[in-house]
Amino acid sequence: MEKKGWDGFEIGAMLRSFDGATRDIATTLPENRPYSQSNSFTASVADWRIEKPLFNKDYCIDCQFCWVYCPDMSIISRDKKMVGVDYDHCKGCGICVEVCPTNPKSLLMFPEQKDEDVALAEWPQKDKNAKAEEPKED
Amino acid sequence: MADTMELRDIEVWDGNMAASQALRQVQVDVVAAYPITPSTPIVENYGNFTANGYVDGEFVMVESEHAAMSGCIGAAAAGGRVATATSSQGFALMVETLYSASGMRLPIILNVVNRALGAPLNVNGDHSDMYLGRDSGWIQLDAYNPQNAYDLNFIAFKVAEDHDVRLPAMVHQDGFMTSHTAQGVATLTDEAAYNFVGEFKPMNDMLDLEHPVTHGVQTEEDWHFEHKARQQHALMTAVLPKIQAAFDEFEKLSGRKYNIVETYNMEDAELAVVCMGTSVETAEEVSNELRAKGIKAGVVGIRVFRPWPLEQIAAALKGVKAVAALDRSSPHGAMGTLYNELAGTLINTDTKAVLTNYIYGLGGRDLTKAHLVGIFEDLKANMDAGKPTTPLQQYIGLRGPKLAFF
Repeated sequence: MEKKGWDGFEIGAMLRSFDGATRDIATTLPENRPYSQSNSFTASVADWRIEKPLFNKDYCIDCQFCWVYCPDMSIISRDKKMVGVDYDHCKGCGICVEVCPTNPKSLLMFPEQKDEDVALAEWPQKDKNAKAEEPKED
Repeated sequence: MADTMELRDIEVWDGNMAASQALRQVQVDVVAAYPITPSTPIVENYGNFTANGYVDGEFVMVESEHAAMSGCIGAAAAGGRVATATSSQGFALMVETLYSASGMRLPIILNVVNRALGAPLNVNGDHSDMYLGRDSGWIQLDAYNPQNAYDLNFIAFKVAEDHDVRLPAMVHQDGFMTSHTAQGVATLTDEAAYNFVGEFKPMNDMLDLEHPVTHGVQTEEDWHFEHKARQQHALMTAVLPKIQAAFDEFEKLSGRKYNIVETYNMEDAELAVVCMGTSVETAEEVSNELRAKGIKAGVVGIRVFRPWPLEQIAAALKGVKAVAALDRSSPHGAMGTLYNELAGTLINTDTKAVLTNYIYGLGGRDLTKAHLVGIFEDLKANMDAGKPTTPLQQYIGLRGPKLAFF
């Protein structure tokens, strides 16, 4: 985007979230919201990431832990079903992988350049020796 | 609906009461304040008016001046008419947030009752705090007496809230000399005062829920420069014409005439003292006495300190032979601020006046008529010699050996 000159924008350190008037924004899905160019939602920060989480729906139980814990609202979930990862805003912190409770995990970290089909083909098998996590004593 | 207050045509008010009555009459929505001497009564009186039903507003008690201005910024961004008051150390604590207010283009009115900055701690009037604010991006108006403090608040609201301006404004008055000295103040009726300033017109307010906005964003090297340039453009081009228009309209309403640069006995003046605050009226009296002796002495009072009215000041000093810049603030390792501003103002003009600097009145030390007579005598000698006959910077009213530099 061509950046505007000093006289080309609204005064004050003020940014509009949406283009035009908005109503019932809370019940409008992000993809349907009229986010403005200056809204951070329209900016990609994908290049902050060196590892990416990949999602394997074969093992997912839709527990929504990843959606709850993601600090950047980058887990896309619809009707309480895990859909995938918002790679424009995910920064690759790996928290979603950490909190995923399935065996094997439904989300795993891979190098940013890794091909998704290859990654899915290499997905680890169920670990039969894994024990249910026992509560830790302090 | 707030109760109206029946005022006499002339009330006996000190500068603080004058300012708080103006805040009441324009019906300030939010005052967030942390009172400090000598400005305390401004917000105290406003709180009193609010509690007694004379203002439909909120008084927000906060834990510091930093929080006071932060509260004002929030309220102004939300879309309210906002004001507060402070002095000295409190002003210093506000400085970080002053830049936020102006950069966010929020039309907050800050009454600054000028007081010295410690150490040593001092509650009396000098212009250290006013000078501290000069790069903060605010409009700065200077009152010389309680009447000015009352009137300039209306001007400040009218100009600051104008959508072509949208910048915060300070109304300065001298601590104790103005703030605590009761004088006759000609009043406006509540209705006339409110109508002069008009209803607050919000702009990009956060409480407009259909148009959500983010205030106080971060910009780096890609945008910061453009924002600051835009602010400078508004300060340099929009503000002075709006102030002049407000002065003109105010004169029609009240009969009281204000000027961006106040001149006194300047028409044919050869010698001029340039100063601010209560010193202006003292200097005017001295110039009258010298005029009676045939000395062409005049006074220039800075009414608008920021934006600096370079062209108007150059015009006011046109033809003058010797000028004294009087600074009521320790310049701490430099020439005084007014000296530097005047030097910068005059250097490219045809006015080749001898310019000298006097540091006076720190911490509330009186500026006497005898001091001013002495200054005019220096100026006369400078004019006759066509060059400085004294050091460029002299301290006056100071005990001990004479202190002077350059």
